[in-house]
Amino acid sequence: MSDTSPAIELRGISKAFGPVQANKDISIRVMPGTIHGIIGENGAGKSTLMSILYGFYKADAGEVFINGRKTEIPDSQAAISAGIGMVFQHFKLVETFTVLENVILGAEEGRLLRPSLARARKVLAELAVEYELNVDPDARIDQIGVGMQQRVEILKALYRQADILILDEPTGVLTPPEADHLFRILDNLRAEGKTIILITHKLREIMDITDTVSVMRRGEMTATVKTAETTPEELAELMVGRKVLLRVDKAPATPGKMVLEVKNLRVRDDQRVERVKGVDLNLRAGEILGIAGVAGNGQSELLEVLGGMRPATGTVTLNGTTLKLEGRGSDGQSRRAAGIAHVPEDRQREGLIMEFHAWENVAFGYHHDPAFCRGPLMVNAALVRDTEAKMEKFDVRPPDPALAAKNFSGGNQQKIVVAREIERNPDLLLVGQPTRGVDIGAIEFIHKQIVALRDQGAAVLLVSVELDEILALSDRIAVMFDGRLMGERLPDQTDERELGLLMAGVSGAAA
Amino acid sequence: MDKMPKWADVVLIPLISLILAAALSALVILGIGEDPVAAVKMMVSGALGSTYGWGYTLYYATNFMFTGLAVAVAFHARLFNIGGEGQAMLGGLGVALMCLYVPWPHWSLALIGATTLAALFGAAWAMIPAWLQAKRGSHIVITTIMFNFIASAVLNYVLVNLMRPKGSMDPATARFPEAAHLPTLHDLLAPLGISFSKAAPANVSLLVAVAACILVWLLIWRTRLGYEIRAYGHSETGALYAGISPVKITMITMLISGGLAGMMAINNVMGEAERLVLNATEGAGFIGIAVALMGRSHPFGVFLAAILFGFLYQGGAELALWTSIPRELIVVIQALVILFTGALDNMVRMPLEKLFLSLRRART
Repeated sequence: MSDTSPAIELRGISKAFGPVQANKDISIRVMPGTIHGIIGENGAGKSTLMSILYGFYKADAGEVFINGRKTEIPDSQAAISAGIGMVFQHFKLVETFTVLENVILGAEEGRLLRPSLARARKVLAELAVEYELNVDPDARIDQIGVGMQQRVEILKALYRQADILILDEPTGVLTPPEADHLFRILDNLRAEGKTIILITHKLREIMDITDTVSVMRRGEMTATVKTAETTPEELAELMVGRKVLLRVDKAPATPGKMVLEVKNLRVRDDQRVERVKGVDLNLRAGEILGIAGVAGNGQSELLEVLGGMRPATGTVTLNGTTLKLEGRGSDGQSRRAAGIAHVPEDRQREGLIMEFHAWENVAFGYHHDPAFCRGPLMVNAALVRDTEAKMEKFDVRPPDPALAAKNFSGGNQQKIVVAREIERNPDLLLVGQPTRGVDIGAIEFIHKQIVALRDQGAAVLLVSVELDEILALSDRIAVMFDGRLMGERLPDQTDERELGLLMAGVSGAAA
Repeated sequence: MDKMPKWADVVLIPLISLILAAALSALVILGIGEDPVAAVKMMVSGALGSTYGWGYTLYYATNFMFTGLAVAVAFHARLFNIGGEGQAMLGGLGVALMCLYVPWPHWSLALIGATTLAALFGAAWAMIPAWLQAKRGSHIVITTIMFNFIASAVLNYVLVNLMRPKGSMDPATARFPEAAHLPTLHDLLAPLGISFSKAAPANVSLLVAVAACILVWLLIWRTRLGYEIRAYGHSETGALYAGISPVKITMITMLISGGLAGMMAINNVMGEAERLVLNATEGAGFIGIAVALMGRSHPFGVFLAAILFGFLYQGGAELALWTSIPRELIVVIQALVILFTGALDNMVRMPLEKLFLSLRRART
């Protein structure tokens, strides 16, 4: 070991939320001028640990040392003065302010804005040169892209003289080229002696950029290793606690009759902005069509229209029958009756009622099914039995039908939704982000179920922002950008680079 | 994991809130130089010490059950119906029309007719704000409040200009005919050999209110409609996903809510006054909000909370009658109960949750 003290050292940090032990006796040393990755499944306690470091939560036990000195961090102000900057997964920017105004927000000096703004403009210009962090200081936040917005967050931290930068899942909203740019910035920051903590659940990012990596599982730090001395497989095993399949085993598709035909579909969002701008697609029985794209390019709206949650114009035919697209967007019942099942993108806001029991959620959307009803009444006993059967088949833990949905982990919540929809044996399954916030073990399981449904002859429309998932599951891949489909690729004839360019709207990328 | 056992949520928190409100009220009574212990004794004996007192307590409680249920049903769809007052006024109009202009052969038929029209009138009055909310996005809190004032003005006009008997100086309808008079608890209990005060206004509507509590429970927790209402209340996007129409649920829920509030009129108008007077509701529509809050929007909780508020009303009236504690102070005491049980819920809840968590951790 060198004689320099670590930039950050945590000793024996523990934190419990009620009966849940989010962090258990965690110790970690991050040397200055390095990038330290923290990897773990959702709910492993990564964000809790960082929130303690940033003063959002108070640890039940343990100590924090910054540059070798014991430091109390009761609030974020203390974290900032200790030189810690945080870039959150969801940006904390004022959308109607300019970049400059956002940078000085909370760090204004004096009563008048003008001197602070002038100073910030100078500092920003210097930072831009030093770290490739170019942003137009006078652009308004709502007029720049997410990649830019993230740079503003980094600039905010640097402007407050942060030496330690924490980034929480920074690439979740970025296209691959934007992510590459971010990593170049991080490289520059490291070269200038800044210390960076990168929280992620993507193994590839860890392998690409970090110097050391710590793995968290169920609130505990299971290992800290030098990145150069490990492999993705080893890290995955450390995360999950057992060997995992990183690939999906599936036979080639045998497409059957045409199930879904979409012609010139146009959709407006709640603000009347056109989000889907003329989409055509075909989907046959027994195949999975994956739609890749950066979040916010119209994929969500496409799914919502097909699921009956949003009105649209154009024509959609299912098994030769034309679906009703106009109306107020509450056609979920007729869509289900027509043979469409829908695993929505956001299980907590759409797919489940978090306060409902598991058995109530198993009826959700199918509460008019005669099997569950007697006249206007619902037959709760029948539902509980049905839920028990589904929980066993889909290995939902704990297998307690009376537990409220909010008390299951993300993976088990998703299994409840997937069980409900797949067990309907639909002709068409709509799947949005099936494994977002789901642990690796459950991802494997859910992927298998989707492939099994395909093999039974269902058509599957998969929307995901995870390229790995799209590549692993799809029989055909379409990329969506700015409300349009950018052409189709076959998974074995394309790669992440080509898809990444398509996702960024570069259409000449055809190989 | 839930933070507390269910009994603590349902029983302990309201109880502690009540004790806090009572303690603060005692301090206020001390402050004006009266004896709080004597005041409590007087309230208890005045409200619960005789069948006369019980008769009034239950009479008020009947009002509050209807309006409390009205608010509770709407709460389940996350709609805040503050218009119970106006809906109950319109319900009164429905009762008066039925009782005055239909020659009823028997009170039981009159009760069915009056209940139906009261519910229809109340529902109709709730329908306009509901429609404005569902279709136009006008906030239902604002519109239902405004509709209370409109209802009051409508009743004023109807009573003064249309329904006032010729020559009467009183803005009220004529007395309802004998056949439309509801039996009081005295009449109902006498055949069973139980003597009950003849003067107290509690009447057969109490049974209707209890039946309404049971039916609302069935509706919310056993029917598909109740399932849809609760789902919509928890998550609007979730409801959309499940194919539950927000417009439909908003309309139906508010119609049920308004109907329940309107039904209150069979108690105060038909059962007690036996004619329709100005301001017959006397704020019961607003007390319904406190009752629903305290009863956690559960029909059984509403039932208990309604009796508690009935007790406060009747006990308070006794206090004002027999001591120098002014009428206004009674309102202060009632307000404290509402404040603690409704608005300051978290003040009691948070420390209690912490306590239960540390207890649980100590055990494991």
